[in-house]
Amino acid sequence: MSDDISLSEVNLPSIETLKQLAVSESGFVFDPTSGYSFSVNETGLSILQQLQRETPTDEILQGIIEEYHVTLREAERDIIEYIGLLRKQLEGTPT
Amino acid sequence: MKPDILTIAITGMNARPDNPGPGLAVAKCLKESESINCKIVGLSYDSLDPGLYLSKYCNTGYLLPYPSAGEDALIERIKQIHKIEKIDLLIPCLDSELPSFIRLEYLIHELGIKTYLPTAEQLRYRNKDQLQETADHAGMECPDIKPITSAGFFYDCQEKGWQYPLVIKGIFYEAIIVSNEEEASKAFRNIASKWGLPVLVQKFIKGEEYNLTAVGDGNGSLLNPVMMKKLALTDKGKAWAGVSIFDQTLLDAAESLCKALNWRGPLEVEVMKTEKGQYQLIEINPRFPAWIYLSTGVGKNLPEIMVNLIFSGQSTIHTSAQSGKIFIRYAEEFVIDMKDFEAIVMHGDTSIDQP
Repeated sequence: MSDDISLSEVNLPSIETLKQLAVSESGFVFDPTSGYSFSVNETGLSILQQLQRETPTDEILQGIIEEYHVTLREAERDIIEYIGLLRKQLEGTPT
Repeated sequence: MKPDILTIAITGMNARPDNPGPGLAVAKCLKESESINCKIVGLSYDSLDPGLYLSKYCNTGYLLPYPSAGEDALIERIKQIHKIEKIDLLIPCLDSELPSFIRLEYLIHELGIKTYLPTAEQLRYRNKDQLQETADHAGMECPDIKPITSAGFFYDCQEKGWQYPLVIKGIFYEAIIVSNEEEASKAFRNIASKWGLPVLVQKFIKGEEYNLTAVGDGNGSLLNPVMMKKLALTDKGKAWAGVSIFDQTLLDAAESLCKALNWRGPLEVEVMKTEKGQYQLIEINPRFPAWIYLSTGVGKNLPEIMVNLIFSGQSTIHTSAQSGKIFIRYAEEFVIDMKDFEAIVMHGDTSIDQP
């Protein structure tokens, strides 16, 4: 269960996979290797862009806490869930 | 500056929305070419094939005899058309006619018409019943495939390791997914009546289909590959929309195949990407695909590249096909006069030459 997992334990998509993604400012994402496309919301876009820049996950977490005034645990849980969804999208699995 | 006008004859001018032939798309690519000035001669087997009448793509159109008429009738018809049109190059676009055109190639060359075709041996290795061996040779995976001549196979196939669902295929065209012996027998009869025996049974692979098209130079090199993922399918599993991609694994696999076969001419490689990310070879088609117009959209007009290779030996390598270009197919009607239809039915050729 995601509640029992910390962000540092989560397997991120590979940096090669993340960097090749074409990410538009509108939140539209295209994977040029698989042909999959999907959309993310404003927060998802911000996290994805930071992952592409190889921003440490601690730093991403801190940004979410400050911007949305949520607890560390809430922010961590949301990011873990988001990364899970992102992995499924990149694998072409229906979410 | 464009060189002198080339007269290029192209077959496969049928364009049924659920399963279009590639001829019109090849003609469209060549008509939009910036380096080739060409007159297109559309060749068809049916008087209702649109390419016979679409003057924006085909300057003239001619009927060919059905394959059942034999190869003597085919070469005689080619001679008749050549006498009128002075054809420089012939591009066959249908799987079923390739064996005949390859056998007739030397006679076609004697007329002064160029072709760019695989050899009979290369063609044999891409036959659906030879595919496993070819895939092995190229280091690729391929679902088990078996030629059968009786529907009796379907009633005890599960005991022999052939679990449903299965894919029933014609030797040239068509594939039907079946999930029990009744569906399988029906599909067997349907396909056998259209495409003859044997009928092929292939183990079903769950995954997503990716396609690659390119030109093989006959020396093992794969020129200017363009890759595509299907986004929407017709009832017959053909692409109704697709997006260009770039996948190094798919490219490596196709290059291995091309090298193993020393393929000469256009080809399309169809693979299934499994949930584990493995590629399984489904088919190799010995021609440009119906979606070839996407190649112009990604900056690699493959028919143009092939024509330049044939006539000037230029094998221009376009290193970067743009990914993220989407094609969407649509059906369109156009209106012709009865006299044009009559010309095809009665004489087998149109009089729509428009320079």
